[in-house]
Amino acid sequence: MLRQLEGSKAIAETVALCRPEVVCAYPISPQTHIIEAIGVKVKDGSLAPCEYINVESEFAAMSVSIGASAAGARAYTATASQGLLFMIEAVYNAAGLGLPIVMTLANRAIGAPINIWNDHSDAMAVRDSGWIQLFAETNQEAADLHVQAFRLAEELSVPVMVCMDGFILTHAVEGVDLMDQDTVDRFLPSYEPRQVLDPDDPVSIGAMVGPEAFEEVRYLAHLRQLDALDYIPVIAEEFTALTGRPSGGLIHPYRAEDADTIVVALGSVLGTIKDAVDHLRDGGERVGVLGITSFRPFPIEAVRVALANATRVIVVEKAFSLGMGGVLATDVSMATLGSSAVLTTVIAGLGGRPIAQHSIESMIGQAIRGELETLTFLDLDEGIIERERARMARTRRSGPFAENVLRDLRHNREDRS
Amino acid sequence: MFQVRIHGRGGQGVVTAAELLSVAAFNEGRHAQAFPSFGSERTGAPVVSYCRLDDREIRTREPVMAPDAVIVQDVTLIHQVDLFGGLVEDGYVLINTSRTFEELGLDDLGDRFRAERLMTCPATELAIEHVGRAVPNAALLGAFAALTGQVPLPAIGVAIRERFHGPVGDRNVAAASAAFDHVTREMEAAARASST
Repeated sequence: MLRQLEGSKAIAETVALCRPEVVCAYPISPQTHIIEAIGVKVKDGSLAPCEYINVESEFAAMSVSIGASAAGARAYTATASQGLLFMIEAVYNAAGLGLPIVMTLANRAIGAPINIWNDHSDAMAVRDSGWIQLFAETNQEAADLHVQAFRLAEELSVPVMVCMDGFILTHAVEGVDLMDQDTVDRFLPSYEPRQVLDPDDPVSIGAMVGPEAFEEVRYLAHLRQLDALDYIPVIAEEFTALTGRPSGGLIHPYRAEDADTIVVALGSVLGTIKDAVDHLRDGGERVGVLGITSFRPFPIEAVRVALANATRVIVVEKAFSLGMGGVLATDVSMATLGSSAVLTTVIAGLGGRPIAQHSIESMIGQAIRGELETLTFLDLDEGIIERERARMARTRRSGPFAENVLRDLRHNREDRS
Repeated sequence: MFQVRIHGRGGQGVVTAAELLSVAAFNEGRHAQAFPSFGSERTGAPVVSYCRLDDREIRTREPVMAPDAVIVQDVTLIHQVDLFGGLVEDGYVLINTSRTFEELGLDDLGDRFRAERLMTCPATELAIEHVGRAVPNAALLGAFAALTGQVPLPAIGVAIRERFHGPVGDRNVAAASAAFDHVTREMEAAARASST
């Protein structure tokens, strides 16, 4: 049923339709509304049978999810930012053990400086953990991806993280066509574990593995991720046949077939980029978009094919590797190996910095004219950077730079007024 | 696309107002996107929310930078916050007050924007009268419906009742209707004055 509701609420409703048996999460902005709403559903009995377990930290939340999943329960959790970092050891364990937990990541920046707003630093921090990472463009896709995530996780015995932009999606109220219980049940069979702690048929899970087999065990986990590259499109097609919606899959190209310039991105910024591309198309520019839905596993072959005819590839990403540059761009460059396309990286939207359509358009214009630097920070205030660099050069004890920058901003604002 | 920016303070239902407006438009078969200005909201702190209305899918995720309408729920924000920044030339201004633009020190708005699109409405007074509490958001949505014609009043009523059940919903709907009538009368009076 099509409803106008908050993204978080749409996720809570959809997760409930997936019949999780154990939900264990610790609240953190911007994830809180999701788990509050699920908590209410468990308490009022509309989500049953399900146990909502209150714990003291994210580390406990993931640890309980691991235990629940190993005991054969369908387990769900959600977190963001520092919460994800706090549970990171258990995040790796969930993947290493091959436990099909589903987690919503309400993408948020990582401190310091402390910042509650959206970017993709949290997701990037665990990209090598062995979790499948799917990025949603809209709240509709975020909701739909959760249903697909349980199916994918349980079929492959791999945990799946659904990444949705914190605040931008979680707190946006927009139309979402919520599935009904019958449709979800038809798509998502009950959980049949590949491994389970069963007193009648005891096994141990979590062996210590030495040098004699560690590489093989890790390689098997890698192969399972590669299996996901085949399976993700299959379940997306099945989902589309059932609902009529194109949610999920590996990639989402938009006006890319005949495009000279293709902008690659993850998540909700794709909407703004599509508007920019339509506008530039009206002006005669041959521009297209490539949305990456499956970031892990990374669909190298699909990306290669989608970018095959482009002469310019611009990767817009809401995170970066300090001292290096783009994270997504590095992966994309593996897909364009041997191609003559010029690849540039644009870092944008860090810590909730708004990404404006006009900034995207002028950046694409620069790229077309060959003026875009290999690594660009969108809308960077060069003055702030120069003044702080000068302060640091002037004196040894220049002080904490976040505070310096804020003071500088305040002074500049007062000077103007 | 029609874009609305709502200014108020934490606790005045600024975020709820944007959400209710989006639900009203949605119920009319339109596309709508409402979202808050993602700050660390605290009671009394300046808060901004946004709502976009369109007849086609809304894809953009940028903040509303050039609103077609600005709603001000709290006059103490005047001269504190850039309330009218980016407002388009033929945009609407709706302020919750029983005073006039002149009394608020906002005479210059008449030079920048179309006078017939600048409106005040004593929404807090109407809320106290009908709801029994100083919550002006529902009343302002009624006033917005009258001023802009973007959503019909009954759709606002349905959205309010979806959110607030029973007598609370009824009272908020009454406040919205009273504000709608107030603005309609003001507009008719202004139209008569300008035609004579």
